Amino acid sequence: MSRPVQARRLEGVDKNIWVEFVKLAATYSTVNLGQGFPDFPPPEFLKEAFSRAVSGEKHMLHQYTRAFGHPPLVKILAQLFGKLLGRDLDPMTNVMVTVGAYQALFCCFQAFIDEGDEVIIIEPFFDCYEPMVKMAGGTPVYVPLRPKAPKEGKLMSSADWQLDPAELASKFSEQTKAIVLNSPNNPLGKVFSRGELELIADLCVKHDALCISDEVYEWLVYDGKEHIRIASLPGMWDRTVIIGSAGKTFNVTGWKVGWTVGPNRLLQHLRTMHQNSVYHCATAAQDAVAQGFQREFEHYGKPDSYFVQLPRELQQKRDQLVQSLVAVGMKPIIPEGTYFLVADISEFKSEVPDVPNSDEPYDSRFAKWMVKNKGLAAIPLSAFYCGAHKNNYNSFIRFCFAKDATLKAADDILQKWKLEKAAP
Amino acid sequence: YFILQRGYCFTSAYMQKTCMLVCVRMSTILVEFTKVAADPSIVNLGQGLPDICPPSYVKEELAKAAAVDRLNQYTRGFGHPSLVKALSQVYERVCGRKIDPLTDILVTVGGYGSLFSTIQALIEEGDEQLLHSNNACFVFIYFSKKNGGNPASSADWVLDPAELASKFNSKTKAIILNTPHNPIGKVFTREELQVIADLCIKHDTLCISDEVYEWLVYKGNKHIKIATLPGMWERTITIGSAGKTYSVTGWKLGWSIGPQNLIKHLQVVHQNTLYTCPTPLQEALAQALWVDYKRMDDPDCYFYSLPRELESKRDRMAQLLQEVGLRPVVPEGGYFMIVDVSTLNVDLSDVDENQPYDYKFVRWMISSKKLSAIPLSAFCGPETKRQFEKYIRFCFIKVSLNMDDIANNWVVR
Repeated sequence: MSRPVQARRLEGVDKNIWVEFVKLAATYSTVNLGQGFPDFPPPEFLKEAFSRAVSGEKHMLHQYTRAFGHPPLVKILAQLFGKLLGRDLDPMTNVMVTVGAYQALFCCFQAFIDEGDEVIIIEPFFDCYEPMVKMAGGTPVYVPLRPKAPKEGKLMSSADWQLDPAELASKFSEQTKAIVLNSPNNPLGKVFSRGELELIADLCVKHDALCISDEVYEWLVYDGKEHIRIASLPGMWDRTVIIGSAGKTFNVTGWKVGWTVGPNRLLQHLRTMHQNSVYHCATAAQDAVAQGFQREFEHYGKPDSYFVQLPRELQQKRDQLVQSLVAVGMKPIIPEGTYFLVADISEFKSEVPDVPNSDEPYDSRFAKWMVKNKGLAAIPLSAFYCGAHKNNYNSFIRFCFAKDATLKAADDILQKWKLEKAAP
Repeated sequence: YFILQRGYCFTSAYMQKTCMLVCVRMSTILVEFTKVAADPSIVNLGQGLPDICPPSYVKEELAKAAAVDRLNQYTRGFGHPSLVKALSQVYERVCGRKIDPLTDILVTVGGYGSLFSTIQALIEEGDEQLLHSNNACFVFIYFSKKNGGNPASSADWVLDPAELASKFNSKTKAIILNTPHNPIGKVFTREELQVIADLCIKHDTLCISDEVYEWLVYKGNKHIKIATLPGMWERTITIGSAGKTYSVTGWKLGWSIGPQNLIKHLQVVHQNTLYTCPTPLQEALAQALWVDYKRMDDPDCYFYSLPRELESKRDRMAQLLQEVGLRPVVPEGGYFMIVDVSTLNVDLSDVDENQPYDYKFVRWMISSKKLSAIPLSAFCGPETKRQFEKYIRFCFIKVSLNMDDIANNWVVR
């Protein structure tokens, strides 16, 4: 064919960091702390619920369910989020189920972003926001979280990475259609404070912008921190779409069940997009997730609630990894939330020298070196920045600590590495 | 029929798998009829979903997969390795050519998801087109009845070759083919496919071949893949569906198969829309496909046993409908049947004039016979509504008990 066969909307969105790094991790025998998924099982009650859905009497659970969300699931989501937001939610119009939070994001960008619309993305960001905005014809506008030096002798926290209020305000324009908020933030683990959310909310209201709030790690917050939902701030419910994920909530990333919660005036457009892209989501997993949420709703706040136990368990793993990384000479940034941790590897420029004027950011070269030479996989932080900013923060790598056996294996590698460094 | 337009309207209409495509908001129509049909006292014979059980080994494989911890987490984005391997084996056998599981296949959320990925990947918005300023244009082509008169079989519905040829020009990007066809049930013959293939080659056009009902062909018919015709593999995306293959529509797994230079673009769309499909379902589907791959020479293979089961259901439904005075158009494939209701001459002239006859008929049938179906003109544009308003669509992948209600409800009331 003389003209290109593919559509123009695919321009600039074909590269994907995960394809490269997943292949790399698979090529070398590695202890993989790179990609974000747990290596331990989902909770028993959820596995049982899925088993019932699949093998039980209700064989119609193998057939289509309601396109915008299996009724038992949207009902319990409406109940739970209604309680969390202090609002009466209609399961049919204020909730929509998607194929993972990923598809929820896709529906949001496709539904709300037009040619010429600007979308503010806070760096570092979960990498899919950029190509999704571009595919919708929008223009991403980036604003960085900037690290403040921690107190003397202390390790940096994700809370030390902050937006400059004046800088943020300067990014809003007549063309700003939406801002994407991700809290708790992947990759840093930052949990935005009420003050920070108010800053963002004020600007949204002032500029009549939408807020696409990716809250997939909402239950993974540590040290007694509180996850605050921006939709609960004054003036925000009506302009916010909240995105959630069963994969991250219940450690079943492979089920690909996500949802959106928001006002009908916004969700109606998501429904339009949904019915024109996948139409239905798989039934059985939705049924199981509904039962999982029912159980959690009944146990809410109690010590045996999975939402209480999981973060407690992950906090311990976080602390364990922090210790090992410090021992080997990396400088971890203590995450307030999520199951990711970013560590500063600038100390390693002696072992892995920087190459000036290289196209590839330092952290990417380091990460590849670490895979090949230490058998440990992590993701370079520069992967979470736009092309122009990849070298702004290029001496950090991201680890995932939602791991059991893999974390122990990583610990062994780090201990060995520490000894090698100490040896003359 | 063709579609050249960006996602939105087209896919909405296309979901109804019809040969008549328009920028019509399908959702309101379907919402009305599916809501009505949700009433338990109504026998729902309209909506396309099986109420028969999927084969037990299929359900068992899903239960087994979900018990493996690793299979509850992310898998390869473009398709779970064991699944794309199984698909490549099955289709290599069917197509008689090598299919690379990693580059020639994309696993999607249902056949629907494949259609979406294909259109997003390959069809340009803003293409230089005639009808609309911002969108590529639709060009429709309608089936006509062979020899005029009253069709008794889906084979009586044909495309006029001259009319088809007249629709192709240098701006034609793609043709969408659906065989076996929903709702008419037509199974395109080799000759008919050759006409389409010749035009695709002549005009350098892509072919998007929706073959989700590929195994559901009845005696005397053969499903032929247009991608196997000379010159077609390199320009065709063939779409399949686990839901229709294994009677598990709620699994929402489908696939696109084609040459690497086309599939790679679908993969880019996929990595920017939902990234990966559910893992346990893909693993279970892979295992089920292996079971049937190994017995593809055996009549007990589900690919052949399901259509045998459905053929008798088809015949029973056609008989029941004839007994109550309707005229079914017996399908050669698929699990839908369209039925001419004008034979009953039910006088609905006192009801709202503006509504097409088939809408009125379905509503009358729901309230007086407690049976529901889908009016065919729901899927038509204003120009063709009148032509098709005497047909309604039934679905026969239903347990006998429900089908018998056609007779029971009709007689009693």
